[in-house]
Amino acid sequence: MTAEVVVLGVVAVLLAWPVPVLLARATWAVRMPALAMVCWQAIAVAGGLSMIGALWYISRGAAALLALHLLLNLGLTAVGTVRQRRRHLQLVELLSTPMPDRPGMRLIENEAPVAYCLPGAPRSVTVLSDGLVRLLSEDELAAVVAHERAHVTQHHHIVLIAFKAWRTALPWFPIASRAEDAVALLVELLADDEARQVVSDDVLASAVTAVAGADAVSVAPRVARLRAV
Amino acid sequence: MDLLWQSTTPLAATDVRDELAGDPAITTVLTVLGRLETKGFLTRDRRRRPHLFRATLSRDDYMAELMHEVLGSSPDREAVLARFIGRASKTEADHLRKLLGA
Repeated sequence: MTAEVVVLGVVAVLLAWPVPVLLARATWAVRMPALAMVCWQAIAVAGGLSMIGALWYISRGAAALLALHLLLNLGLTAVGTVRQRRRHLQLVELLSTPMPDRPGMRLIENEAPVAYCLPGAPRSVTVLSDGLVRLLSEDELAAVVAHERAHVTQHHHIVLIAFKAWRTALPWFPIASRAEDAVALLVELLADDEARQVVSDDVLASAVTAVAGADAVSVAPRVARLRAV
Repeated sequence: MDLLWQSTTPLAATDVRDELAGDPAITTVLTVLGRLETKGFLTRDRRRRPHLFRATLSRDDYMAELMHEVLGSSPDREAVLARFIGRASKTEADHLRKLLGA
C-alpha cells in the first residue's frame, strides 16, 4: 500500500509540474499540434486521477471532495457557457442576416474585422462582419471560413470548456492557466491546418495578419509556422 | 424587429403586420412579438388596447453588447465562441472603445 501511495504521489507531482512545463516549452508542439493536444488532455486527466488516487490513501474524504469539486466546476462551467452562448445567439439572430450562398453563416454589419463561430446544437453558426469581408480577398475569406468550420467539426469548444473548468477549479495552480493558454493556441493551429487544405499557406498567413492588425504578437506563432517552408 | 427599431413611436401588432412584406397572419405577428418580449428585446404596453410594442434597447445598444462579447479579452469568452483571432488585439480594443463610445 505504501508503494502505491508513493508511486501515485510521484506521478501526481510529475504531472502537476515538470511535465506540463516541459510540454509548454516544447518546440515540436507547433509542428505537431494534434499530438500536443492529446498530451495536454492526457496530462489533465491522468494528473487529476493520480492526485485523487494518492489522496484516497491518505484521506478518503479529501479525495472525494477534490473529485466532487472538479466535477462540479466542470458542470457549472458547461452550464454557464451554454447559457451565455444561447443569449449571444439570440443577439446574432437579431442583428445579422443569413448569407444565402453560404449555409450556416451569417453576416453582421460592423466595421471591426471579426470572424467567429458559435458552436452548439442543433447546428453551429459562423458569423462574419462586413468589415472583414471588405478587408479580405476571396481566397483569404475562404481560409477564414475553413478555419472556423474546423473549430466546429473538431469540437474544439468542448476541449476549451474542460480546460477552462480546470482553471476555475484550481485558481491557485499556475499550471492550469498555462495549460488553458497552450490549448487555446493549439486549437488555432489545428484549425489553421484545416484551412491550409483549402488555401495556400501564404494566403492564410496574410488573412491572419490582416485580421490581427497591429497586434501581430498574439498571432506570431501561427504566422511564423505558415511562413516557414 | 428592424421595424420597431426604425419606428420612433411604439407600434401595435397590426401596424407591424401592415409594414411586413407577404401579409402574414396577425396571430403569427403576435406570436413573434410575444417571443421577442419573453427574451427581453421588446417591451409591451398592456395598459392600452391594442397592446403597443417598442424595442427595449436600440439596435446600436445590442450591437455594442454583441461586439463587446466578441472582442472582449476576457478568457471566459474563449469558451463561448471560437474566434479567428483568439484574443482581442490592440486595434480591435481601440475600435471597440470607439464603438462603445467610451
